[in-house]
Amino acid sequence: MDTGTQEAIDIDRSKGDFSYPESHKFDAGVGLSPATVDYICDVKNDPDWVREFRHKALKTFESKPMPTHWATKDLENIDFDVIRYYLSDGTKPTRSWDEVPDDIKETFERLGIPQQERAFLAGVEAQYDSEAAYSNVKEELEKDGVIFVNSTEGLKEHEEIFRPWFGKVIPTGDNKFSALNSAVFSGGSFIYVPKGLKVRHPLQAYFRINSENFGQFERTLIICDEGSELTYMEGCTAPKFETTTLHSAVVELVAMKDAKLQYITVQNWSSNVFNLVTKRGIAHENAEVRWIDCNIGSRLTMKYPGVVMKGRKARGEVISIALANSGQHQDTGAKMIHAADETTSNVVSKSISVGEGRSTYRGQVHIPKHLKGCRNNTECDALLINSSSRTDTYPAITVRGNQHATQHEASVSQVSAEMLFYMQQRGLSEGAAMSLAVNGFVNDLVREFPMEYSVELKRLIELEMEGSVG
Amino acid sequence: MEATLERGNVLEQPPENLEGVPAWFNASRQAGWKRFLELAMPTRRDEEWRFARLKQLDFEGVHLPDPEPPAGHRGAAGLEKRAARFGFINDTLNESEVNLPEGVICLPLDQALAEHGELVAEHFMKSESTLGSAKFTALHQAHLSTGMFIYVPDNVQVADPIEVFHWLSGDHIITFPHTLVVTGRNAQVSVVDYFQSDSTARNAWAIAVNDLVAGPGSQLNYLVLQDLCDQARMIQVNTTTVARDATAKSFILNVGTAWARQESLSRMEGENAHSDMISVSIARDAQEYDQRTFQHHVSPRSYSDLLYKNTLYDESRTVFSGLIQVDEGAHFTDAYQTCRNLMMSETAEANSMPGLEINADQVKCSHGSTAAMIDDEEIFYLRARGIKSQIARQLVAQGFSVEAITRLRNEALEEIVLSFSAREFSRISERVVT
Repeated sequence: MDTGTQEAIDIDRSKGDFSYPESHKFDAGVGLSPATVDYICDVKNDPDWVREFRHKALKTFESKPMPTHWATKDLENIDFDVIRYYLSDGTKPTRSWDEVPDDIKETFERLGIPQQERAFLAGVEAQYDSEAAYSNVKEELEKDGVIFVNSTEGLKEHEEIFRPWFGKVIPTGDNKFSALNSAVFSGGSFIYVPKGLKVRHPLQAYFRINSENFGQFERTLIICDEGSELTYMEGCTAPKFETTTLHSAVVELVAMKDAKLQYITVQNWSSNVFNLVTKRGIAHENAEVRWIDCNIGSRLTMKYPGVVMKGRKARGEVISIALANSGQHQDTGAKMIHAADETTSNVVSKSISVGEGRSTYRGQVHIPKHLKGCRNNTECDALLINSSSRTDTYPAITVRGNQHATQHEASVSQVSAEMLFYMQQRGLSEGAAMSLAVNGFVNDLVREFPMEYSVELKRLIELEMEGSVG
Repeated sequence: MEATLERGNVLEQPPENLEGVPAWFNASRQAGWKRFLELAMPTRRDEEWRFARLKQLDFEGVHLPDPEPPAGHRGAAGLEKRAARFGFINDTLNESEVNLPEGVICLPLDQALAEHGELVAEHFMKSESTLGSAKFTALHQAHLSTGMFIYVPDNVQVADPIEVFHWLSGDHIITFPHTLVVTGRNAQVSVVDYFQSDSTARNAWAIAVNDLVAGPGSQLNYLVLQDLCDQARMIQVNTTTVARDATAKSFILNVGTAWARQESLSRMEGENAHSDMISVSIARDAQEYDQRTFQHHVSPRSYSDLLYKNTLYDESRTVFSGLIQVDEGAHFTDAYQTCRNLMMSETAEANSMPGLEINADQVKCSHGSTAAMIDDEEIFYLRARGIKSQIARQLVAQGFSVEAITRLRNEALEEIVLSFSAREFSRISERVVT
């Protein structure tokens, strides 16, 4: 790849590549043991049931092997003994931007968070290392009964809503990293939207890692009660440290009858972050859960958003875009579990591999016995830019019974020389032609993102692709 | 019965040296046994055995057959025009008929070892088994005593197919059918392997290995017609290597066994190599077909196309796991993979895992997998023409399989496959009516 392309791709990474000196009041130290868990419980003043939950999860984490029998061996490079599991300045986020400590405020201002809030958001939470530094929700929403707090506050102040769903969508033992998160989770959002309320503007969370060797383990639980609607967006960045950093979140979504819940992620971690995230939603009768996922950063991302369609006519959707550059492996996909009649799911995944980047699609579609009228559509398309780029597809589809229809299609292609020639012949430079072709490839998905994000995405993709053909 | 007990369980029985074969072959049997002992049984954690029913790997009481096979068996009538016909009962030769062009070697493996030892050694079990059944391939290697060796020298075309019948008889016996086909430059041959049994073959096993080596510019067709009794089980490991400008076509029909696992690997080793992999499975009752495939593009400008079609009745179950791998530098590859499942009952289960691993540039690859039932409109159309819905359903199901069968592009071969599939469909429809 020539330097022009390299620079163009690097531009957006540098935006998040800065850090401030650490001055943490609370630091759980290095490594993981029952004492680490107790330390976190003490700082957060967790209720007993949470402490018990964490300790149990730690045991599960320790007993589970790494999933390297199917996943990449790169996971073995994570050294759990050198990671710092909890860092914070206190557990109470402020509600006013002015009270946020200067360095943190500057961090988020450089990332454009308060402007965005003023511009179009209904509420924002900003997490800095282990705890939320800032959390605000528009007053009228609060009056309507919307709860938007961090997970610590959620489990203490709203236990009666929080606890029945917490760990139910994704049980502790779901996988090694969900167990790890369950043991040391901190931060993340808890959102409850009351019956019938349609939240018109999106809520947003922003996750920031500032400290080296730090592991961020946020835990998000969103409940949309009957007939309500919500769009939630999250963004992630971290500076580039010498050593690797671990981000391992658990996100649980619950859409009650007739609710609509849309969860949008734009992940742009720096390229030394292991991003191992478990995300799953439950859709009850006639409800809809949509995951819209964009992975641009990180060293290794393993993320397979899932929807369990539990009620009749529930719908699940995953729309994902991945961009893997040299040194990156985007291992993403979707998991669709049909558990009721007439449920439908749709997966559309597009990946672009640049340089020596590797993108992988892994999917699971499960339609069990004695259900009727379930449908799934899966499409995954991969675009290879350079000759050393790599792409893999590993779907798994189980269908029982004859009342269903599933289809899966995947294709791998290049930007063809003829296509570029055609455009160049009409006066476009090679780079412009390449960027137009790449944009055309993802365009139908980019439109699914909210405007502000789709602009950013387009800019990311409208790269100087000059010389990267072939 | 006593003789049986003496022989003991096949998994605990080291092979003895055979007489009249080259020393390397006995050494290979011992090496196979050593490897068999070293390798672990598949577990649920093995990705190659995902969705597989491991309890089917039941070798309790399974032993080698009596050296004196039961007499009087004969496989299906087979083709009218054929170049050769060989029959084995429990791995013992019981018939042979040869009408081949000069220079073609078509011999039972033991005889080929004695007469053309070096030539066999050059091609014998050269590929590692990588799709999950390495342990069982090793067991095959350890206990292998005969099979077919077919060598077609440069520029020789065998017009009519060569037929090989493998007959199983007796409960709890295990056989190790082996077929090795090698074609020289611009040679041409078709080989049909029949796997059949009588109804005494309860809990019987066949662990078959068939290797196809298609030389430059040659054309090699290979068919497996698997029609074992419903209580038998089978593991089949196939490796096909395709040289420059060669075309290999392999076809598998499954109508028999309680459980069959088939691993097919096709490696494109030269430019313009071409491989077709086709399979038709008609599953009923509690039958299970577990198929794993691998299309390996080593060389640039090669082509492979896979089409697997399953029709599932009753409680049957299928697993399809396919992977297209395009190596670094294998540019301008065209590789396609399609698995289609026709669901004929509410309790059937189809699992498919179509995979791609692309490490090269300028490739055209795609895969597709579908599962669906017959469209009501199709049935309506046929009923409007006076055809009963039961028969309409069978017609549509047959038509679904025929699409794959006609890819053989050889009338005689298509006919023989159709005779097996039609028999199976009529068996199913008669059963449904009563």
